[in-house]
Amino acid sequence: MLTGNERKKDILIVRLEGELDHHHAEEIRKSLDELLEDSSIRHLILDLRNLNFMDSSGIGVFIGRYKTISKRGGQVCITNVNPQLARILDVSGLYRILKVYNTVEQAVDGIRGEAV
Amino acid sequence: MNLRNEMRLEFLSRSQNEAFARVAVAAFAAQLDPTLEEIADIKTAVSEAVTNAIIHGYDNPNEYVQLITQIYDDCVVIEVIDHGKGIEDIELARQPLYTSKPELERSGMGFTVMETFMDEVEVNSAPGQGTKVRMVKYIRNDTAETERDE
Repeated sequence: MLTGNERKKDILIVRLEGELDHHHAEEIRKSLDELLEDSSIRHLILDLRNLNFMDSSGIGVFIGRYKTISKRGGQVCITNVNPQLARILDVSGLYRILKVYNTVEQAVDGIRGEAV
Repeated sequence: MNLRNEMRLEFLSRSQNEAFARVAVAAFAAQLDPTLEEIADIKTAVSEAVTNAIIHGYDNPNEYVQLITQIYDDCVVIEVIDHGKGIEDIELARQPLYTSKPELERSGMGFTVMETFMDEVEVNSAPGQGTKVRMVKYIRNDTAETERDE
């Protein structure tokens, strides 16, 4: 589920918590899409610090939101990726389209750095 | 191979049971004293196989998924069985990014994840007869274990 989100100008920061499997994917997808209806959001940072489990259902969720954001010319960043998540992201090729940062602050700086 | 223990579970093909299935297998497999990484691998692979049975095997929440876990001296053998639609072309289904349900925003990476996280993955299926996925994970119990390269 999503716990707390934060806006920094055109960046939306969302924290994912718990488990992202097929059962929870629909709820997470809906919540994210509702937030992304605000067209002033250009970049999305997904903080995975408290995400305890993810399987390939999460890959579908990430790719779908990437499509929305890339149409706006923005970036999708993920932060605080644990080793298990890293392997799933790696086999799925998501590293080619998502940017990975250690912390939310670094992701914000990264987006700002490229936007100039 | 010396069979040390075995468990069999049956549960309705409802998505709530995906978490139940992976946690149950992980708890049972703990008898072999696996590493946290091995447990995470098993949970992820079970989640993929059970999700496939629920979404693709049945697409109907009132059927039963069967889950068998056997513990041997050095490995865990897991079978996820449904008696649903079956798979017409197993080779195609196992290909990365292939999904028969793109409208559900499925990534098509389920079998790829199973193959990455488990040591053996065998799929038996026939249209109209259901699908059996058999997965083996060797538990190394060895702190000097080297990371597998991609």
